[in-house]
Amino acid sequence: MSEENKLAKIDLNNLKAGGFIKERGKDLFTVRLRVPGGRMSVPRLKKIAEVADKFGGEFVHLSVRQSIELININFKDFDAVVEALGESSQKVASCGARVRVPVACGGCEYNPNGLIDTQKSALEVDEKLFGTPTGHHKFKVAFAGCPFDCPKSATNDIGFQGAVYPKLDLSACISCGLCAKSCVPKAIVMGDDNKPVFSDDPCIWCGDCVKVCPTGAWSEQKRGYTARIGGKWGRNPLVGTLFATFLPEGQVAPFISAVLDWYKTKAEGKGRVRLGDTIIAEGPDSLLNHLRLQFPESIVNATIPPQVIATQVGIAR
Amino acid sequence: MHVIDLRGVSCPTNFVKAKLALEEIETGEVLQILLDDGEPVKNVPRSLKAEGHKLLGLKQAEEGYYVLELEKFDE
Repeated sequence: MSEENKLAKIDLNNLKAGGFIKERGKDLFTVRLRVPGGRMSVPRLKKIAEVADKFGGEFVHLSVRQSIELININFKDFDAVVEALGESSQKVASCGARVRVPVACGGCEYNPNGLIDTQKSALEVDEKLFGTPTGHHKFKVAFAGCPFDCPKSATNDIGFQGAVYPKLDLSACISCGLCAKSCVPKAIVMGDDNKPVFSDDPCIWCGDCVKVCPTGAWSEQKRGYTARIGGKWGRNPLVGTLFATFLPEGQVAPFISAVLDWYKTKAEGKGRVRLGDTIIAEGPDSLLNHLRLQFPESIVNATIPPQVIATQVGIAR
Repeated sequence: MHVIDLRGVSCPTNFVKAKLALEEIETGEVLQILLDDGEPVKNVPRSLKAEGHKLLGLKQAEEGYYVLELEKFDE
């Protein structure tokens, strides 16, 4: 069989879906697999190991956004790789100007720090929005289960961070003082009566008081996501700023869709521009007002544009 | 009352030692646990409570360490 005949057999739709990335070597590609939230069932992991062993190089690479990348895949094997992976319902991940696979921490099912089910959110967003073309540039979403923020959510186009608003049952308080001691932003201090006093303003909704309270006197009044928008890393990093607080888990996908709608319209004709730079150009109020129509309960009164992070500080010119 | 001194023992060894000490006593008996300030007192009381034991008190001693009193619970 000639080379041409082999070529004709490759389903080019597999390429359009993205996730096939050209390598240095002749004919070789990296195949990026979709692992939303970094969670991988053991049977899928075994299947991937099998496929990597059969078609790939001597190792796989764990990408910085939690995907598994098969290395040294010959382009002639694309169809066979896709088919073999399909058996384990493993899908190839996207590149280009699309909504990427969401990143998430382990969440709250087994991790005692997690305040919210980031895994559920990541799966939902992957299912509903993965691969949506933005028309302009890549679009990254991350979910952090608490304000420790291991996923560095604010460096994504939209970063979600689990949050709880605490409430105190004074009758259950034994005046041990652990809440005040644990409260990093000093939103809780011990009063003259040796009972905790809460001030709303410095609270970052981390839930440390609820977690540390040995009697359950502190509990959660409400729970949701803090949403920061417009972040990115790369050559000109931006940190996303606060647009929503206590966004209910069920509104995450519609919220992202609403941001995408605004981005698609406002970046029209501007070429390959990220969301954060579009917000800087348009002003954050335009996006705030757009979102407030659909999410009046969660949108903050005012915010600032994404903030430039200077990374060339200290360089000698 | 039973007492276990876990000062100088770091997380999570202090929690495991407290669990072992609780296994030695009868349900309904009280165990007093001495814990360092900082991470130990933030983690150990919460973890033991999550295991179902009844928290009777948590007080800071003048020297700075904490005294946790628990009543053993068993299903």
